[in-house]
Parts: sequence; C-alpha cells; structure tokens
Amino acid sequence: MPLHTFILNGKPVSVDVEDDVRLLWVLRDVLGVTGPKYGCGLGVCQACTSHINGKAFNPCSVPVKDIHPTDEVTTIEGLPATVGKDLHPMQEAWLEYDVAQCGYCQPGQIMAAVAKVRQARAAGHEIGEADFDEIRNICRCGTYHRIREAIKAGAKNF
Amino acid sequence: MAASGRPERADEVTVHEMGRRRFLGYVLAASTLTVAAQIGESALAPARAQAAVPSLPGPSEIYDLNDMLTDAALPTANLITIQVEADGTASFVLPRAEVGQGITTSSAMLIAEELDLPLDKVKVSLADARPELLFNQMTGASNTTISTFTPIRVAAATARARLLEAAAVQFGEAASTLTTRAGVVTSPRGKAATYGELAAKAASRTTLQVAVALKKPAQFGVIGTPRGRIDALAAVTGRKQFAMDVQVEDALPTMVCRPPTINGTVRSVDNRADVLAMPGITHVVTVPTGVAVRGRTFGQCIDAVRALRVSWGPGTADGASDATVLKELRSAELPLVIPALDPLVKSVDARFTFHFASNSALEPNCAIADVRSDRAEIWGSLKTPIVAQERIALKLGLPLSAVKVHVTEGGGSFGRKLFFDAAIEAAQVSQAMGKPVKLMWHRTDDFRQGRTHPMSISRVRATYALGEVLSYEQRHTSVATDFGHGLGEIITSMAAKLPVGDLAFSETIFELTQQSPYHFGATTQLLSEVDKGFNTGSMRNIYSPNVRCAQELVVDQLAAKMGKDAYRFRRQFLKEDRAQAVLDKVAQVGEWGRQMPAGTAQGIAVHPEYHGFVAVLAEIDCRPQTTGRQIPDAYTGPRVTRVVCAVDVGLAVNPRGLEAQMMGGIMDGIAVTLSSGLHLQDGHFLEGSWDNYFYTRQWNTPPELDIIVMPATGEKPGGAGELAVAGAMAAVACAYGRATGTMPTTFPINHDGPLGFEPLPTVPPIPASPTDGLGRAY
Repeated sequence: MPLHTFILNGKPVSVDVEDDVRLLWVLRDVLGVTGPKYGCGLGVCQACTSHINGKAFNPCSVPVKDIHPTDEVTTIEGLPATVGKDLHPMQEAWLEYDVAQCGYCQPGQIMAAVAKVRQARAAGHEIGEADFDEIRNICRCGTYHRIREAIKAGAKNF
Repeated sequence: MAASGRPERADEVTVHEMGRRRFLGYVLAASTLTVAAQIGESALAPARAQAAVPSLPGPSEIYDLNDMLTDAALPTANLITIQVEADGTASFVLPRAEVGQGITTSSAMLIAEELDLPLDKVKVSLADARPELLFNQMTGASNTTISTFTPIRVAAATARARLLEAAAVQFGEAASTLTTRAGVVTSPRGKAATYGELAAKAASRTTLQVAVALKKPAQFGVIGTPRGRIDALAAVTGRKQFAMDVQVEDALPTMVCRPPTINGTVRSVDNRADVLAMPGITHVVTVPTGVAVRGRTFGQCIDAVRALRVSWGPGTADGASDATVLKELRSAELPLVIPALDPLVKSVDARFTFHFASNSALEPNCAIADVRSDRAEIWGSLKTPIVAQERIALKLGLPLSAVKVHVTEGGGSFGRKLFFDAAIEAAQVSQAMGKPVKLMWHRTDDFRQGRTHPMSISRVRATYALGEVLSYEQRHTSVATDFGHGLGEIITSMAAKLPVGDLAFSETIFELTQQSPYHFGATTQLLSEVDKGFNTGSMRNIYSPNVRCAQELVVDQLAAKMGKDAYRFRRQFLKEDRAQAVLDKVAQVGEWGRQMPAGTAQGIAVHPEYHGFVAVLAEIDCRPQTTGRQIPDAYTGPRVTRVVCAVDVGLAVNPRGLEAQMMGGIMDGIAVTLSSGLHLQDGHFLEGSWDNYFYTRQWNTPPELDIIVMPATGEKPGGAGELAVAGAMAAVACAYGRATGTMPTTFPINHDGPLGFEPLPTVPPIPASPTDGLGRAY
C-alpha cells in the first residue's frame, strides 16, 4: 500500500492506504480524527469541511494521493491551535450564540465560517448578508439564523 | 387537564401542606447519595373562551397525545434517579434520546434548580435500553419535558433534603435552619459543608421514603432563565461523540448495496468473489435488505457497493409514481357530510396535495453492532431503545438479557430515530459476518430507501352565513404512516403492526394530535390511510403541518369571502385566550397589514398542540428578481424575508432552547411549503442528495427573524420540539397565496415545476465521491 504523508493539525502524519481513498475516510477510519462528519460523501452537505493550507475544502471529495507532504490539513480539532488558544474566536462566538442544536454539522459550519470571513476580507470587505447566502453547509436542525449572528460576532475577534 | 374528569390515582400524593403539594421521593440504598422519584403528573384544563357558534371540543383538546404518553409513563417514573458524587457534582442518566432538542440541558436545569447546584455541576448522560422502564423510554411527540418535569425535580429535591439532614447532624444544628446555595450547605452560625463532603454521609443503607415539597415558580432561579446547552463546548470542538465516532474494537466500516426500487429484494450476487478481493474489503454477505460489505474504510465500502453486480427481485412499490399514489388517495377519501344545499349558506371547498417528504437527518441511519453467538451489543441514537432491544433479540434468536443497547448522542432525528432500521440491520449483518460492524447508510440510500413522511391529501369544506362559520369538515387521506415503534415498548409496538390494530393506532394518533383552534360550528377532522408499500414514519409534527396548513389556507379564503381581515377574522373565532395572545403578539411585532410592494405579502397563522400555542407571521418575496436568483445546484424560489413567531408553552424551562426549537421548526416549515419534497417515479424516489432534496439553505433563510417567548401562562411546560413546523408552514403558505393571488394547493409548491436536478442512477445505487475537492477550496 502506498504511504501518504501530510501535516495534520500541526503534526506530520503518515498513512498506508490506497491512493484513491478520499481524505475524509483517511481522517476518520484510519487516523481516528472524527470531528469532520459524513453527511453525503458528495461534496454537497459540507459537514466534513476542514482547511487545507488555510482554505475550506471537503475531504470527502479529495483522494489522499492529491495531498502533498507539505500540505497542512486542519480539522476542527486543530482550529484553536491556529490562533494559539484553547478556542478559536469563531468557536467562542458559537458558544455565545448557543448555535449548536444536534451539533452534527457544527464542526463543518465553523470551519466554513472561518474561511468565509477570510475570503470576504481577501475580496476587500467584511462578511455580510450576500456572503452568508453563499454558505452551502446544511444544518438540518435549521440553526441558520444563529449561524449568521455568530459569524458576524466571531468575525470581529480575529 | 385533570379537571376535565381524569380519575385521581391512588399512588398520587395530594397532601397539601402550607399551600404546597408534597411529593414522595426515595433515598436508595447506596454508598453515595442516590435518590429517586416516583410521581407522575396530571395536566391542567385550559380556560375555554366563548364565541358565537361554539364547537364541541375535539378529542385532542381534552386529552392529547402528550397526555397519553405522560400517563403511559406513570407506573415506572419512580426509576428516575440522581446520584450526588464526592466531587460535588450530581449525575443523572436520562432515559431519553438527545437528538438536538436540548433535553439534556433542560433536564440538568431542573436538577440545578431543586438541588441548588450550579448548572455546570450537573452531568446528564443517556441511559441504555432499560426494558423495566416499559413505556418510559420513548422520546417523541415533544413529551420529554412534560413527562419528566415533576419526577426529576422531586428526585433533586429529595437529594437536597437528605443533604440538609446530613449537614444538620454534622453541624449539630436543626436542618430547618440550614440553607443551600451553589452546592454548599450553610448554617446560621457560619458552618458550611459542600455537597461533595456530604454525599457519602447523606447516603442510606436502606431505601427510605421521603416527602418533599418543590419550589414555587416565584422561587425559580434557573427554570425559566435562558441557558446555553450543556453540550455546546463538545459540539463546537468536534468532541461530541455520535454513533459513528464511537470506537469499538474491530467494528469496521460497513455499507449495504441496496435495490433500485423501494424494498426490492436480492435474487443473486454475480461477482461476490471479485468484490471480496477489492482493496480493504473483508466481508460480502447477503442480508434481507441487500448485500452488505465490510472494509477498512467507508470509502472502500462505497467502491465495493458500486462494483457489486446484483440481480434484484421486486420491491413493495414497483411502478408506483406520484400520480398513481394520488389516484389511490383520492379513491380512499372519506366523504364529506354537510352539503351546501341551503341557498343562504355559502361554502369554501378546497383540496390540497402534500407530496412525500424526507425526514432524513444529517447523521444518516447508522449503528454499531457486535453480535457474538451468545450475546450482542448495539450502539446507536435510538428514541425507542427498548423496542429496538426486543426486536433485535427476536431477530438474532437471543434472550433479551443478552442484548445490550447503548443510546448515543443523535445527529438530528425529525422522526427518523423513532425507528431503528440501521440498528436491526447492523445486528443482522454482524451476525451474518461473525464480526463487529460500524454500519452506515449512504446519503443517497437515506433519501431513497429511508423512511418518508407519507404523501397525503386534505379535502376541506367550510360553510358560512350571516357572518358566522357554520361548519368545518376536513378529510385527511394519507399513505399509511408506520407507527411500528409503538409507545416505546414491544407490546404496543406489536399492536401497531396488527392489520386492524395499526389503523386504530394511527387514527388514535391523529385524533390525539389534531385540533381546530377555531369556533367553526360543527367540526369534524377525520383520517383514512392506504397503501403500506412505503417506508414511512412520523416527520417532525406528524400530521399537523399538512392539516394545519390546509385549514389556515381555508381560513384565509373564509375571511376574504366574508369581507374580513385575515388576522381579525382569526382573532374573532379563536377558542383560547392563549391562542389570541400569541396571534396578537405576532400581528403587533410583525406590523400586520403594513404596505408591501406587489409580489410580496404577509401571512399569519396560529397552531395549538401539546399544551402549547404558536403564532407565526411570515413575509414572502415572490418577485421574479428573487425567484430567478441563480445559485449553482440550488433551488432558490420565493424567499421568506421575515418571520415573527410568538410561542407560549405554559412554562418555558429554557427560553433559549425553546427559541432554538422554534427557529428549527420555522426552517422546516419553510422547507415543506416551498422546496423540499420527494418525487416518486417507477417505484423509487428521484432525490439522492441534499442538492436534490431542497431543505432550507442559507439562501432560503429569512434575513429577519424574531422569536418571542411569551411570559409564563402556567406552572408546567408544554411540548416544544415540533410546534413551530405547522405554524410556519401555514403562515408561509398563506403569505405565498396572498403574494401571488393564488391559493397554493400542492406542496411543496415547486413540486410540479421542472425538476431542479439531474437524478442520480439507481444502479449502482450510490454515486462515487467526487475527486475535485481541491479545486473547489475557498
């Protein structure tokens, strides 16, 4: 089996697994990192949203062979360390607004929110209603309104 | 509703002391303080309003589904126990499923209240299946807080009383002079002891009976205050553990290759050996639901499922389509009774169609099973774990005591987790393979073979004359709803499966949940059901969203024909003061009747259920620039731009949690009205992903949302988890009708439009995962 190496939540990891296995299963089934959730395996629901080199992506839609040794993969478990704290400001905002209901989609929502704020800033503006409307992550409990409020609040703190 | 004639119970303690009812609690024999409570509760009768032509109260106004579940829980409620630990925390094992509705938090609040302990020192976990609890381990019908409100508080108050006694002995002072605060007992002379220090001393070697009084609402410091969820930190850090996150030794990922039509059967597998040789795959076995594969990763299971070549036999709905089911429903419709013959009497006649909808949660059907020759262990989010345990034991041929069922945190339910399809399947697969399995359904299967909210039609006729509504008749005809989960215990569960028994059971559920909030003279609402070929079940709020939506649309028609404003008309005919109050609130906050541009409009509706009332005012934008919004792989359609919701559940234990439940219910109501439905064609559903099944997304979310929790109108909580769906569905439908000038009669309203997606193939049954994820990173 081929060996794949990359940086996961700040630490180098190596896994023996077939090339075409999608990264989500490498994380969950091989490495036991269960923050990213399965909701469709089609890049649709975005419950597995994590970061690659700081950008939001869906590990369910990336074969492990496409991840390079220098690529930094960050899951919800590694998000606080990216700001050197116990919790990322977006997670704190999530607590402040009591966003989660069942919580299944929330790791993906938070990872998407952080990237969306950065994306808006890179485009020269602070996140707003039009950006919220572009977020594709499903929340079947329907917490969408609190998600919007929490992103607005969280964006002020990073 | 005890005042309406329910008998006093012998075991109910009704001793009044200084104006306070006392309840019996127990101190159980244990090494650390362990208490239990044995009392159930009865509901209060609502005040009845007067109106011009009074309608007799419908069955659900006197005794509703919740009362039935509360009564069913009475004999065993004494098994609710709380333990006070040496570290000063209190632990409670809740015999219910937490699926996002916030009952672990509200239960912890009840304990914190009566025990005078900070909320963060109360630990709540979920109980394994406990068959001795009989009916008292079903999570459904928004019943948890109603049925456990008193027992949990009695247990906590018993613990507090016992801690006071232990402190009194230690301090050499009278217990009556001591006070408790934040987990510490203090005396007037300044002595203090923490609960942790007292826990062992307060324990008893024998089981004792103790009479305790509960706090009066005026004394509440926790109940009724907005609190964040106790599992919020676990949720936002990814540490919250769902079934598929549980690590069980050797339980490898497992998936099932399912048939191309609903409930199709396996005839033969043509390439078992080839698939078994695929990377990572360890087992391939045929089970009643399809062909199961087990492997190192779910990714490899997906590949194996796609590679399987299976000959399939017929299913249970082969050839069926929306049109054939509609025909079946029409022919089964019960007749209306009141003809509009009198020339002075006018009528509104309408018929509505509600298409199949999916109650699929984001966490798909899944369970872990470890079945050995002499025992089995199951992990899953289960709302009826006792029935699951009993059915699994039967299927496996094991004694009940050899099957252990653990209830994990659930990633949403919406009715899905009343059933245990994945748990039974996992048990059968594990038995067939002789190995532990971590079984998960693919999303596409979850939509296509998973349970659905059944398709239904509703026929309504209302007659009116001289400013009064004289009659209201509604005939609801539905594809059979499976209530095979019973009330959480196998005896009722079996009764619901009997050919005649289940008809009575679903009619009972209908009668116990459906009520008309209006004085519309002679009122009848009846249900008939047909066709058991589909995998169905309750979806959040069961029949109510459809029944209520139909009624509220007819109410708008009546108001228009009688020349009245839709809000004032409702107000005039509403039976209950509490219904009027929530309606008035949304009309006021939502500025009912404000001028709006053409193509946009307001809608207003009210819904009573589970001892609670909700009113919703929705504003919708149906203008072309809105409906024509272009978002890739999405349905945009009309947008609900503002929602105002007022809710009265009697006593809101956690108003913040209640707001969350309303918010979710509103998003569901928007979805079932505007966008989310299933298309049935040639014996299978076309939808296979979240970009096919259009549940509310951010681009459909109302930018403005106000939720008002009304001041307490009682001393007991009503149900909260479902109430808003019906209110929101009706308000959005009414707004749509007003904005477009045409009353909608088919739901979701986009169902008959062009299909908004390219259906996935049915063979292989599940699609491959994409490989272009890096290209879509942002």
